[in-house]
Amino acid sequence: MGLKINCEACTGCESCVPACPFGLLEVVDDVVRLKDGCTLCGACVEACPSSVLAIEEAAKSAQADTSFQGVWVFAEQHHGQVKSVAYELLAKARELADSLKTEVGVVCIGDKLQDIASLAGHGADKIYLVESPELKGFREDAYAGMLAELIGRYRPEMVICGATPMGRSFLPQVAARLRVGLTADCTALDIDTDKRLLRQTRPTFGGNIMATIICPEKRPQMATVRPRVFKKGKSYPDHRAQIIKVDLSGAAVTSKTKLLEFIEDVSEKVNLDEADIIVAGGRGLGKAENFGLLQELAALLGAALGSSRPPVDEGWLPYSHQVGQTGKTVSPKLYIACGISGSVQHMAGMQTSDVIVAINDDPNAPIFQIATYGIVGDLFKVVPVMIEKLKSQK
Amino acid sequence: MNIIVCLKQVPDTADVKINPETNTLIREGIKNITNPFDTYALEEGVRLKERFGGKVTAISMGPPQAEPMLREAIACGADEAVLLSDRAFAGADTLATSFTLAQAVKKLSPCDLVICGRQTVDGDTGQVGPEMAEVLGVPFLAYVSEVREASEKGVKVKRMVEDGYEVLESPLPAMMSVVKEINQPRLPSLRGQIKAKSAKIPVWGTSELGVSAEAVGLSGSATKVVKIFYPKRESHAHLLSGTPENQAIGLLEKLRESGLITG
Repeated sequence: MGLKINCEACTGCESCVPACPFGLLEVVDDVVRLKDGCTLCGACVEACPSSVLAIEEAAKSAQADTSFQGVWVFAEQHHGQVKSVAYELLAKARELADSLKTEVGVVCIGDKLQDIASLAGHGADKIYLVESPELKGFREDAYAGMLAELIGRYRPEMVICGATPMGRSFLPQVAARLRVGLTADCTALDIDTDKRLLRQTRPTFGGNIMATIICPEKRPQMATVRPRVFKKGKSYPDHRAQIIKVDLSGAAVTSKTKLLEFIEDVSEKVNLDEADIIVAGGRGLGKAENFGLLQELAALLGAALGSSRPPVDEGWLPYSHQVGQTGKTVSPKLYIACGISGSVQHMAGMQTSDVIVAINDDPNAPIFQIATYGIVGDLFKVVPVMIEKLKSQK
Repeated sequence: MNIIVCLKQVPDTADVKINPETNTLIREGIKNITNPFDTYALEEGVRLKERFGGKVTAISMGPPQAEPMLREAIACGADEAVLLSDRAFAGADTLATSFTLAQAVKKLSPCDLVICGRQTVDGDTGQVGPEMAEVLGVPFLAYVSEVREASEKGVKVKRMVEDGYEVLESPLPAMMSVVKEINQPRLPSLRGQIKAKSAKIPVWGTSELGVSAEAVGLSGSATKVVKIFYPKRESHAHLLSGTPENQAIGLLEKLRESGLITG
């Protein structure tokens, strides 16, 4: 196992050196050398014109089990209502299932679930319902146990789930229980139809590198996908789904943890994950009071209020507003960045937005590199005009 | 309380710059640091030990260069540290990584609480913690922002959920991931630095952990990276010029044309 280097064939051309995302290759005396820390990502193998580099793998005889069939979506719900990310994934699952000529299954776990008919109308062929008063609140271990049990029983070949805080905390437990692979936080999914492989693409290294990942043998193939990466599909009022009420009373439904209290945070009412428009402010706002200006703009646009890290660190806004690698990852239709220079960390959290507007007085701010529309200027002069114009049109 | 804290050494992604011409990373001068989220995990472990007694052991899987990071953890209050390092561990995905780390926890048991950061800044998956909890067969408490109570029997924690906070009670042993709200990590103390200098940090490989090379690293992984590429980052910003008023009006027009705003 490892990266094999055929030193004799190496010409010392250095083509591989910049290809390594981790900077671990160097050429010494015209021969390439590897430093410690290789993750065997294979980027250098492709870059080498002389086929010097190869990833040595143990012979694997196992083939994927083809008895696993169907594309599943875990439909996350909140207070009984299905979240919009479930519909986005359903549209994608429909597309994947059609190309594989298989069916779409949707899993709903909870208590007194609503919107079931609408899931059928959005392309589900089968809906697996697990309802129990004990499953009312989300508990990682109970939900993971249920989903793992269902997968074992019905054997889907793919399972996708929103990369929400909930999906990212419980799907790994399902994967570990089943000992299968799981790709986190994907921003693209496509399929190798012949091999029935799900090609999962995700940003890594703070959004600086993209990696495409497959699960060659283990089934199901599982991925979490960021909200708003896919578009919610059309609804087909005539599409019928078979509803399968699964009785899992035999399996352990109970959680080892106990919910004692829920404290609602009113400042998190506006959900950054699901907002169509986000107005965000950065260090350029200067002080807490100035966020009032952005709040006014946000209210007029029906937008959620976001922030880069400095305002949160300064205490101008609560952490729940922070967008970026250490905050929330968002992908709205419109992201208006005011006074945000665009650190790598911030951009990692919002660069997949459909349209990005940057308002900043520094023409060299990195945010302009990813912006669709840019205004080089004083946000305190530009934003008030926007507010005034929007008001006059109401 | 026996506490194990999981740490990872990562490249400082805050230092990362992109070469606009080649669209590749400029790596010169990028330091290796302790994954920022893990520093909160370590601090919380040390604070719990100070409140309730016991021992904090820092563990990390990584190349031999990760050893100084573990020494720093001792300087910041950890009692002991173990480095999991073996060529066979290379290329591990989250499944193989969580398996390897969980074997180390088992070897260090009895252990009451395992603490990790919510995600690393290089891999960014946030999967290793919950996967480890599953391998260990203990409850996983995600996104903890406050440990309210802890005793032999269990912990009471406050954790972040999408629309607020939950207060949860869990029996021990358990595992938790922490968010940065939880504390302010301390700097190394002088006494800690002296202790760290002479501390013995054992290195465990497959034989010490009693695992086969097939179960770890690339062989033990279920996923496989088939392609690595750089995202397109070509500047195509349409800049709006003129007075602030012209700019504002121009922008609203563009947004209206694209159907992003109405009116």
